[in-house]
Amino acid sequence: MNSFITSPAPHAHSGDSIRRNMLLVILALLPAYIVSVLEFGWGALITAVISVLACVGTEYIISRYLLKEQKQTIGDLSAVLTGLLLAFNLPSNIDWWIVLIGAVVAIGVGKMSFGGLGQNPFNPALVGRVFLLISFPVQMTTWPLAKGFETSYLDAETGATPLYFLKQIGKTGDSSLLNHLPNLWDSFLGVMGGSLGEVSACALILGGLFLICTRVITWHIPVSIIATVALFAWIATPAGIEPCTFIGYELLTGGLMLGAFFMATDYVTSPMSAWGKIIFGIGIGFIMMVIRTWGAYPEGMSFAILIMNACVPLLNKIRPQRFGEKKK
Amino acid sequence: MVNEFMTTFKIGGVHPHDNKQFSAHQPIKECPLPKQAIIPLVQHIGAPAQAVVKEGDQVKVGELLAKAGGFVSANICSPVSGKVTKIGDWTDAWGAPGQAIFIDVEGDVWAPEIDRTPELIRQCTLEPKAIIDKIAAAGIVGLGGACFPTHVKLLPPPGKKAEVLIVNGVECEPYLTCDHQLMLEHGEEIIIGIQILMKALGVNRAIIGIENNKKDAIDHMRSLAEKHLGIEVLPLQLKYPQGGEKQLIDACIGRQVPSGALPIEVGAVVDNVATIFAVYEAVQKNKPLISRVMTVTGKHVAKPGNYSVRFGTPIDEVIALAGGVPAHTGKVIGGGPMMGRAMDHTEGMPANKRLSGLLFLDEAESIRPEEDNCIRCGKCVQACPMGLEPYLLQRLAQLEMWDECEKHDVMDCIDCGCCVFTCPAHRRLLDGIRPAKAKVGAILRERAAANK
Repeated sequence: MNSFITSPAPHAHSGDSIRRNMLLVILALLPAYIVSVLEFGWGALITAVISVLACVGTEYIISRYLLKEQKQTIGDLSAVLTGLLLAFNLPSNIDWWIVLIGAVVAIGVGKMSFGGLGQNPFNPALVGRVFLLISFPVQMTTWPLAKGFETSYLDAETGATPLYFLKQIGKTGDSSLLNHLPNLWDSFLGVMGGSLGEVSACALILGGLFLICTRVITWHIPVSIIATVALFAWIATPAGIEPCTFIGYELLTGGLMLGAFFMATDYVTSPMSAWGKIIFGIGIGFIMMVIRTWGAYPEGMSFAILIMNACVPLLNKIRPQRFGEKKK
Repeated sequence: MVNEFMTTFKIGGVHPHDNKQFSAHQPIKECPLPKQAIIPLVQHIGAPAQAVVKEGDQVKVGELLAKAGGFVSANICSPVSGKVTKIGDWTDAWGAPGQAIFIDVEGDVWAPEIDRTPELIRQCTLEPKAIIDKIAAAGIVGLGGACFPTHVKLLPPPGKKAEVLIVNGVECEPYLTCDHQLMLEHGEEIIIGIQILMKALGVNRAIIGIENNKKDAIDHMRSLAEKHLGIEVLPLQLKYPQGGEKQLIDACIGRQVPSGALPIEVGAVVDNVATIFAVYEAVQKNKPLISRVMTVTGKHVAKPGNYSVRFGTPIDEVIALAGGVPAHTGKVIGGGPMMGRAMDHTEGMPANKRLSGLLFLDEAESIRPEEDNCIRCGKCVQACPMGLEPYLLQRLAQLEMWDECEKHDVMDCIDCGCCVFTCPAHRRLLDGIRPAKAKVGAILRERAAANK
């Protein structure tokens, strides 16, 4: 008798794959990366290349020689994405060996120690970044000014970021500090100092919308983060600033857009259900604004996301709306 | 048509390629009679039918071969004429054992009461009870796939009242086109069948749900339905699994059948167009359910089409009509690609009430990719039309945590395959969830028995 292949239904697949999703996220990061290269020149190129190579290399070495896995997972591009995101979170003029340490911690500690892709509770790129932030506070908070390829890799002219001034305004009530800020339009386009990939809100939003349109991510997390931050900023606007201006700066500067669209939406470390995602987003927005307003650091996006990452198992207890269930 | 706002079900769903182009609009062709017919006694959900003929009996087309073996069961009438040679053990193409009646076909002699003329009979003067009895006698079951005995659906439990008949013309399984073609060729009969069922149920409203990829069927059925009060055609957005009973009710009347309940809970009875065509034939023409339209299709099938096949005909003969098994066939699927079952072999497998089509997939399409780690993307949760958490159910099933499976509503799973279809890590979620359903189902039955 002719024997055919048998397996349980379904016998069709959408064609989606982990690799495809990672590739789309990488594509979505490209506009922001191009802006970054135009602003920070060689530093942006060198830092990103080192970070990506180090992440992929770390994953390969650990999986091949330490865990002795049969199947290598670097082909799924998730390590490339982690490397790119780590680089996006670093100042472009940072020493290459610091990038290397960050990458080893991100992949080695943040991901592989838990068993590789899908098992890690915390966003690996942020684990790497926060490790560096605590270990090398000076290097991690010395941002080059945006001067294109005139910016030399290591001896760049540096300066404080808008968030530093915003915090000072909040503390001292001295609204003349506003003059130190780039105007809102420049903040939107990204003509200002900051971490490598976080400066251009415009490019990041473009990439984020691309991800929503291609159904790689859903709107829930970014929208709930942005809405929470806007609401918080509106309530907490210091005297002497227009609320709209303040909200604008809070939204367009720092790591907010990068975090909202690309870091918080990391599949592995975000909740499953729609409501879980919304609460996750609100939590991130709230914690970040608390840190920005009262914390010791001028920026709190990384910490906010990591703290909410820890809440994900709890948020996954929230059931999606079942078919036929009465709405409560 | 183009600007019309179209409705669909509210939760989850996926959009597979419909691949209906191969066999769409192929006129229904009659498949010749076989030399020997094999009639399995289980062609429906419920108890097996019990044979009422014995070896050596002569039977005519339409005569009763086996009677319903319980309340939820269905009669089986002879699809051929000839001599019963054997009643005995038989194994289907999936290896499931059962009983079958074997008939050596002699000529094509029909029971005298069956009206074989093509004349359309519109008038039906029977009382509801008589209609339901006729449907039960004809052995009609849901031909959309579930094969639930139709007469049982028409007898709502005490205290429940049907308000609307929902007619399933969705055919959401990719590739299959038999219902589509039936609507185009036998729309009139279907409309009469709908009126008969409306009378049997005592309802004055019927909605024919058809997905928007069958615009000609929507237009055709609409032009026929216009002449009859209470029957409307509702075009639906293309989305799988819209043909699922609960999803179709939600799409058509916006009511969601609660967990564990039947459609009658929200006042609906759902029947497939092929079932309704069979109702017409049984009630108006005295013709029991002895054949159905099957789609034979696939990318490499020489003559894909829609074939009217008497039950009992070996599917190899139907396959021969469609040009034979294509080279490099990997899988032969009974039904569509989402819920159909892959057969190990085709030899000795007869056409029957359950088989809506045969789909040939080539080797490349047939191999399931290796599973990757779950990346917790939540796409299965988004896709599940029942609002379940497939990733979680599969984990719980792996750990044999049956209580937890039950708490997370594993019994609501309708087996549609959306989760597996959508999973970027190619995880075989249903491979775990299906056994969990069986296990939890058994636990629930034990508990119910203990509480009695």
